[in-house]
Amino acid sequence: MADTTTTDQGIPEPEGVSDIIETDYEIGQDNYEGQFGPLRVDFHNPVFVITGLMVVLFVAIALVAPDASKTFFQAMMNFVKSQFDWFFLLSANLFVIFALVLIVTPWGSVRLGGSEATPDYSYPAWFAMLFAAGMGIGLMFFGVLEPVYYFGTPWGDQPLGGELGIVDGTVMDAAQVEAARQMAMAATIYHWGLHPWAIYAIVALALALFSYNKGLPLTLRSAFYPVLGERIWGFWGNAIDTIAAFATLFGLATSLGFGSIQVASGLTEVFGSGDAQEGTRNFLGFLWGNVDDNVAGVENSSVLLALIIGFITLIALVSVMRGLDGGVKILSEINMGLAGLLLAFVFLLGPTIAILGDFVGGLGAYAREIVPLSNPFGREDTGFLHGWTTFYWAWWISWSPFVGMFIARVSRGRTVREFITCVLLIPSLVCVFWMATFGGTAISQVIDGASQSGVFQNVIASYRPEISLFAMLRELPLASITSLLAVILVIIFFVTSSDSGSLVIDTITAGGKVDAPVSQRIFWCVFEGAVAAVLLLGAAGTAGLDSLQAMVISTGLFFTAVLLVMCYAILRGLMSERQA
Amino acid sequence: MFNRIMVPVDLAHADQLDRALQCAADLAAHYKATVVYVGVAAATPGSVAHTPEEFARKMAAFAASQGETAGVAAEGLALTSHDPATDLDPTLLKAVDDTGADLVVMASHVPNLTDYVWPSNGGTIARKAKVSVMVVR
Repeated sequence: MADTTTTDQGIPEPEGVSDIIETDYEIGQDNYEGQFGPLRVDFHNPVFVITGLMVVLFVAIALVAPDASKTFFQAMMNFVKSQFDWFFLLSANLFVIFALVLIVTPWGSVRLGGSEATPDYSYPAWFAMLFAAGMGIGLMFFGVLEPVYYFGTPWGDQPLGGELGIVDGTVMDAAQVEAARQMAMAATIYHWGLHPWAIYAIVALALALFSYNKGLPLTLRSAFYPVLGERIWGFWGNAIDTIAAFATLFGLATSLGFGSIQVASGLTEVFGSGDAQEGTRNFLGFLWGNVDDNVAGVENSSVLLALIIGFITLIALVSVMRGLDGGVKILSEINMGLAGLLLAFVFLLGPTIAILGDFVGGLGAYAREIVPLSNPFGREDTGFLHGWTTFYWAWWISWSPFVGMFIARVSRGRTVREFITCVLLIPSLVCVFWMATFGGTAISQVIDGASQSGVFQNVIASYRPEISLFAMLRELPLASITSLLAVILVIIFFVTSSDSGSLVIDTITAGGKVDAPVSQRIFWCVFEGAVAAVLLLGAAGTAGLDSLQAMVISTGLFFTAVLLVMCYAILRGLMSERQA
Repeated sequence: MFNRIMVPVDLAHADQLDRALQCAADLAAHYKATVVYVGVAAATPGSVAHTPEEFARKMAAFAASQGETAGVAAEGLALTSHDPATDLDPTLLKAVDDTGADLVVMASHVPNLTDYVWPSNGGTIARKAKVSVMVVR
């Protein structure tokens, strides 16, 4: 009786005009649906199973031979970064140009979801989720670190061979300081501005277009339809989706592992007691923040890190169980509010005029230096080029399946023009302002306090990146409050990455179905935390995390090729859409 | 006694709903009530439909054929949710108000261990809806 209408296969009509791809493939047809104990499951076979097994295998490798695998994967990453620098840089330049050109072409008026679709989310909620998924956590980690590093760390490879603003603790003359400051801002903006957001925008646009307008499942393989045709349902599609889910899981797990170090440092900074030099520095009895090579036998506590990972995973778990609107969106908005608060605080109580100068001057320097910075040929600053730029490019690109897919999920109903403006231009400006505020304040502190400033001691004199943000905040008023706020922000940014990542992995491994049983997203969320915790507890130190992070970043090479195909797919897809 | 009977349906698993559909049709015939079939899906392409509008057409067609078979007045209502895996219950509860239903007939599985930590949709609707709810197992 019920079957009489479910077989109804009329011509599918989206809201208004769009160009649905006719395929006999039914979404979910390769899925395994059944009971697993008392739980209902509905996942793509083999993507789910192979992803899970590969994760277990790689974790086992990293645990059994942490040092050997670290050596191997870091060698692989260094090979990728140094041999394919031209490929990363040229591709990223192409993505920026491609995205910017789309804004002004007539295709900019194509609407995602059909010509009559209305946006799913308001602008504030949309922006909040854009940042929370993929970038926020980096802003917390690198906001102080990166500009100061370029400004004052004498590692011999300043961006474009520029001069240092401070040498051996002595501030240079005004002209050289200003030049170093501008170059530091330009290089930082280059890494956090148009290029990363263009990378995310390309993936998100390709997925949104082929899902909302073409009727293909919301998963990576769909963007390959113009190239592979019906073959995307077979081996190639499975391979692309599996690698994407795999890279996302390890990207999140390793970030979570390293992020817990920043959280532990922050907590110890605010609430800790004891003395670091004597090896008694601790947070609630967990040893942390002690100087490594000072007192023999003193260790920092991995258990503290595992507890932090467990705590973050627990909140993420509640968030994914409450779903996209009830969990992820609300947390992202809270996050955005708190980040705005911290930003406003540092802007107003920091050197406001200097920050504005860094914002305008940084943008100017960025405009002036973007061509030399993004040119891969004939460069002499290879330490900067390979250590920072190609590292970032590979990192952004290896995260792009996750962030892009999440952005696609929340961007239905926007036009292409609106989409690129809001995913590329506005976030880039926000990042520039963030970097100008945090980096600018930190650089001013270094100029004022020279070798006495906390930032100098933790970034330039000794390299303790996880402390850099707190060292900057310590020199502003109300440091205990703002440091606590910063710790909370780092935690929530990790939660929002973790929950949106779990949703993405769940959707990919369910063959593009967004309504797979909730138990599956819980599985991925817990799995991700477990991987991070096991790597920290099982292998002494961070060797396990180092090796797998290097492995994930190496997948950036593969995904760069994927993104190039996506550009072509976007063009093909847009050509057949009607412009409003 | 009842004028509008709301029946939540999952078109992807419509074959498992026979008892609930039959029950709703019989009640509707008895009380001369209208049956409103309600489906919830995401706007992303899924196993039932590629777009919200295709989903709406399928719900309407489903309702029409059900009504015809049972000889009762029938309507279809297609609802879109951002995350149907978690938002099903609130969406259905809102649909109870929006459709003006005075009875909900819905299928549910036989409770098992997971229902202690994870109530079934039928269980949640029965607990929270302001109108009568009949859970068909």
